[in-house]
Amino acid sequence: MTSYQELIFRLKQYWSDRGCVIQEPYDLEVGAGTMAPETFLRVLGPEPYRVAYVQPSRRPADGRYGDNPNRLYKHQQLQVILKPSPDDVIEQYLGSLEAIGIDLRKHDLKFEEDNWESPTLGAWGVGWQVMLDGLEITQFTYFQQCGGIDLDLIPAELTYGLERLAAFLQVCDSVYDIEWTPGVRYAAVRYLDELQYSVYNFELADIPTLWQLFEIHEREAQRLIDRYPRGPETPTPDKRRYPLLPAYDHVLKCSHLFNTLDSRGAISVTERVGVIGRVRKLALGLAQAWMNQQEAAAL
Amino acid sequence: MSLPFLLEIGTEEIPDWMIPGALEHLRSLFLELLEREGLAGQNVCVDATPRRLVLRAAGLPERQADAEELVLGPPQAAAPAAVEGFARKQGVAATALTVQQTPKGAYWGYLKKTPGRPARAILAEALPGLILRISFPKTMVWTGKNGPRFIRPIRWLVALLGDEVVPFELGGVRSGNRTQGHRRLGRPDLEVTCANYEAVLRANAVWLPAAERRAKIRAEAEALGAVIDPGLLETLVYLTECPAAIRGDFDPAYLTLPREVLVTVMKHHQKYFAVEHNGGLAPHFVAVMNAAADPEGLVKRGNERVLRARFNDARFFWETDQKKSLAARLPDLEHVTFQAKLGSYLEKTRRLMALARELGGDDVAVRAAELCKCDLTTELVKEFTELQGVIGGLYARAQGEPEEVAQAIYEHYRPLSMEDAIPATRAGQVVALADKVDTLRGCFAIGLAPTGSRDPFALRRAAQGVVRILVEGKLALSVRELAGGNAELADFLLDRIRYYFREVRGFRYDEVNAALAAGWDNLPDLEARLAALQAVRPTENFEPLAASFKRIQNILKQAQFTEAAPVDARRLEAGPEAELFADYERVRAAARGLGYREALETIASLRPRVDVFFDKVLVNAPDPDVRRNRLILLRSILTEFSTIADFSEIVTHS
Repeated sequence: MTSYQELIFRLKQYWSDRGCVIQEPYDLEVGAGTMAPETFLRVLGPEPYRVAYVQPSRRPADGRYGDNPNRLYKHQQLQVILKPSPDDVIEQYLGSLEAIGIDLRKHDLKFEEDNWESPTLGAWGVGWQVMLDGLEITQFTYFQQCGGIDLDLIPAELTYGLERLAAFLQVCDSVYDIEWTPGVRYAAVRYLDELQYSVYNFELADIPTLWQLFEIHEREAQRLIDRYPRGPETPTPDKRRYPLLPAYDHVLKCSHLFNTLDSRGAISVTERVGVIGRVRKLALGLAQAWMNQQEAAAL
Repeated sequence: MSLPFLLEIGTEEIPDWMIPGALEHLRSLFLELLEREGLAGQNVCVDATPRRLVLRAAGLPERQADAEELVLGPPQAAAPAAVEGFARKQGVAATALTVQQTPKGAYWGYLKKTPGRPARAILAEALPGLILRISFPKTMVWTGKNGPRFIRPIRWLVALLGDEVVPFELGGVRSGNRTQGHRRLGRPDLEVTCANYEAVLRANAVWLPAAERRAKIRAEAEALGAVIDPGLLETLVYLTECPAAIRGDFDPAYLTLPREVLVTVMKHHQKYFAVEHNGGLAPHFVAVMNAAADPEGLVKRGNERVLRARFNDARFFWETDQKKSLAARLPDLEHVTFQAKLGSYLEKTRRLMALARELGGDDVAVRAAELCKCDLTTELVKEFTELQGVIGGLYARAQGEPEEVAQAIYEHYRPLSMEDAIPATRAGQVVALADKVDTLRGCFAIGLAPTGSRDPFALRRAAQGVVRILVEGKLALSVRELAGGNAELADFLLDRIRYYFREVRGFRYDEVNAALAAGWDNLPDLEARLAALQAVRPTENFEPLAASFKRIQNILKQAQFTEAAPVDARRLEAGPEAELFADYERVRAAARGLGYREALETIASLRPRVDVFFDKVLVNAPDPDVRRNRLILLRSILTEFSTIADFSEIVTHS
């Protein structure tokens, strides 16, 4: 039986063999691997890049106190970015499934249309959900736009749902029964996370405090974006050392705080659009500045 | 020599629902190309799987026919230098010119012969542009920002004319004679010819003809007890290259969940056919694989696991939702926005209750209106939004609301499509009508009327629903009043009325125009008038009478005559005029109190008198009083007999 961590090792090895940088998870809360700078910022601009990393993805509203066998507050994605996407990207992807022990001749595989869009990130792409025996195991997207900017090179993004894949490989009905490594179940590693974060996100998070935090991070992100010296008169070294990466951290903080406030029921439907717009403004502003910085660096 | 042609656009998986439209477009673009280039071609046919759009044709000529064109130069009498100049311009010696006699005199001319170009060269030039012109609802780039746009990346191209490749390049892919089999069951690099193409694909697990995949899925699924849903069948046809059906099972304990929930999970979320036994759901499902077989049962096991998880979720939501009744959820609607400018669903609910009463609804309808949006706050509807209304109805029943109330809530979103039925109960019709009318009025009032193909609030569907409920529910409510005094909305409804009677009910367009011209405020009445018109139309007197009515209208228009007065019987000329008047009086009296059909038949019996009148009587009499009286007579006939339909709208053959 392929253990959960063995599955991760094999996927990382597979993509490492295909020229990917193997990164570690980004060390801030994000809702998806797409939000990590290794995707959001790297897909911008004309530089080719290949990277794969596991990204724990937090979605406060999906928490179920550890009771639901399929829904998690925090699940893990294996995120692969191939920029530009190679012509045989689907064959390479299918190869990764074989590499984790799925004999594709014995299973059913379908590519069903599923276009991805993130209004908060000003990003969208077209692609599929990949269905293996009726189970969605991967989101496959050709990015078209990110941070409101048309992409020069079109990256393929592969997002594997690791818990689902492991449950599939190990034939278990509950993610908590997944064998993480022989003798250790998923529940033993993660159950308390799920329980306590559900309690926090749904019951105990202090709404005024979260709003304050949101505003503090928003202000700091905006301040840094506004001060970025985008004019041609600024010497390249000055542009290059300007802290846009830290600014992006504050954008991510805002995004996560928004999700937490949302799960706490603190954002009405009408307010929602407005708050999403605030995060989006930061993401777009940051992407613009980042492009300018990259262009300066390329000169 | 005539040649077969094969074009295969090899792509990554195209969204199933876009394929039939794309194929039709490809076909018509290709036919246009043949036409434009003077290339004949027969049996142009198209087919597709998710990974390939294919066009095949027979009988293409190897080259275009040669063309001849006579270019005229200077007059015969022109100076030799001018003649030389003309010849030079044509690129020939002056000896190649001939003298042409024309109506304007004799001219030097050159018979220019253009040899026809090879079909292969024409196709090579035209195909890249043609392929990129196939329209899709949403396209992408894959080679980079300024690269070609298509629905999904193009990965290979087969283009053969006879035995030869039609050479071109598109998005970095060169056309050739190599295709690909099924992703997992076929080989990836296959040489083909026009003749063996389909057979090579079949040997590599690709069933090219959609018709064969459809028949295979249908036969296998039916054999496993599936209830065939035609929409789902089409989806599966274009999601697979090599379809095969398998049956899976689920725990019969889930059958205690409402059928609607189970079917939605199976059909919409998992693309399974439901299985029935003795009229009820059986604890099985039929899945269609893109694979030949499932010998080890792995696919079956996987699908069963997924369905179990889905059903578990549904059961959990169902049980959670029961903890709070629909009525108790009403205040929560304050936090659910209907539309930013139109307020919350609580406000909408209040409007619906008032409107249901206004439309003649009883207490059942008003109660249903009060509760019909409450299911928007339930977990089950958040999970399965397509079941809104249905879930509310099921909960209302489970919570002891009167059956009629539950039923009205259940069906108040209907009709969801042209094929869907309208609500069966009167209360359901009233709530459905109130809901749609409120949405239409609100959106039109704040400037959200649909423009072009953009209709984010599905207002066309709502308006179509209003029309169908009024007609099919035989509700004689005033369309103008429903439009709430908004002229733009009234016009919008009129459009849908016209569409409904023409396209859905199949009335001829001129009949619809004729009946509409006599009024469209009361739709059941309009329907009755149309039916009468359609029935009477084939009778011998009808169309000629309609032609005469048009003539009358033209005469009145020309004379700019709008005067309404009684006919002065003393001024009538004996013979055809007096006889027409007498017959007019007779028909008018006879038609009174008749049904529309009988009335129309009676009116049609006027025809011989009208014909004789126009034959023998001069309307424009020299005596102005006689003339005026004749015009009054004609106008009386026209207005009196146009209340069922305006005959002058009928298009006649005479």
